[in-house]
Amino acid sequence: MSLVSDLLAGDHRALARTITTIENRASGYRDIVSELHEHTGTADVIGVTGSPGAGKSTLVDKLTRQYRDNDLTVGVLAIDPSSPFTGGSVLGDRIRMGSTTGDMDVFVRSMSARGRLGGLSTATADAVKALDAFGKDKIIIETVGAGQNEIDIVKTADTVAVLVPPETGDDIQMLKAGIFEIGDVFVVNKADLSGADRTVKELQEMIRTREDYTTGENEPTAIDQAIDRTETDWEPQVIETIANDGEGVEELATVLQEHAEYLVESGTRTRRAQQRYAQEITTHLREDLRHLTAQEIDARGSLDEFAAAVTRRETDPYTIVDELIAPIEECIHHRADREEIDPER
Amino acid sequence: MSTEQGQGQRAVRCLVAKVGLDGHDRGAHVIARAFRDAGFEVIYSGLHKSPDEIVQAAVQEDVDVLGVSILSGAHNTLVPKIVDGLAEYNALSDTLVIVGGIVPEDDRPELKELGVAEIFGPGASMEETIQFVRENAPQR
Repeated sequence: MSLVSDLLAGDHRALARTITTIENRASGYRDIVSELHEHTGTADVIGVTGSPGAGKSTLVDKLTRQYRDNDLTVGVLAIDPSSPFTGGSVLGDRIRMGSTTGDMDVFVRSMSARGRLGGLSTATADAVKALDAFGKDKIIIETVGAGQNEIDIVKTADTVAVLVPPETGDDIQMLKAGIFEIGDVFVVNKADLSGADRTVKELQEMIRTREDYTTGENEPTAIDQAIDRTETDWEPQVIETIANDGEGVEELATVLQEHAEYLVESGTRTRRAQQRYAQEITTHLREDLRHLTAQEIDARGSLDEFAAAVTRRETDPYTIVDELIAPIEECIHHRADREEIDPER
Repeated sequence: MSTEQGQGQRAVRCLVAKVGLDGHDRGAHVIARAFRDAGFEVIYSGLHKSPDEIVQAAVQEDVDVLGVSILSGAHNTLVPKIVDGLAEYNALSDTLVIVGGIVPEDDRPELKELGVAEIFGPGASMEETIQFVRENAPQR
């Protein structure tokens, strides 16, 4: 039996091994993800982001518990940073996942960001596919929590929840600059702390003034366009939770569900998926072309040699690139010519 | 095409686990940090985990190395449960199981018989442990 058929048959170890293969970009991973793809598309993918210490792991744990109480299966991808110096990491999110340990219908996987800034990567998107194909109803991605560069998660998750701790003026500043715009749901966690009310009000205020003054009502703002969000008829919700004792979690699950239903009913889910795949194709293409050109460079010498020749004024960067790209260009043009002669081909 | 295949980014994945009624995790923290600095990906279980929970974590995280820290003296009860659990998921043969903590000399052969690769007592150095993991982590 192959890894993929074992995974599809519900073998936990095959799922774990598949994610490892994906994470390591080990040989054969592309074929595996290709095979998995047709089995995906049923899970709701929820991204949870927010500053470090906001309570992401604890909230994810309680949300998972809530889903389990409703008989839904859950996959969690918890992403933690890795050291830029040694590549090593301590993945500590699992410690907080105490509510559901021992329950094999919850699959928790810790992933190291492995130096990829933004915390989310192609590997994460592929790991989501593995969990989706395995049949998980809900997939929760918990991000590194680095802050501003978390916009990546919008491209992988259907619904994004942004955690905001109370009384954090600095965080509000950060939100203005980055992740505020990506939240479908805002969660003021640790709502028992003083200042929570104010944070809720500030968030609501920001949501109300969210329509860009440069565009009309219900027109996509610049940010919407930047992240390919065309719909503007979902008004982000603000929820208060105390993740430690589970307060507000049921409400959060309800709002997340409402958003999931909204995505389906408005046709946004399909549209977003299509945009996501367009993005994926572009990313893979760029990566593969990069590898191909790297091979071409190696075949003709080395990047250093080319650079040295440019420095000696023997040639220039454009000429070099023209030469390197020539074989690819030739192929494409050759085919275009052939099609002109014989349009049936 | 498969231009990227085979150019993997491999990191040794370890689960550092505290099992049973044993609240002393200083050693586990120190080893987690040393492993991290050695470039490993370390998942720390947290305190008071049952053998089942540790097996679940080891299987889901697909770790190469499971380091069990026990200072309570209950190793003869707890380690076999972990080992059996791993075997149940077909994960024993390619997981390097090591034990750290206080394990009397007399108990060691039995643990090794079960499948524990090495036992590191109070005198063991970090370098020694890291070296052992590097040399013995399964090549999958």
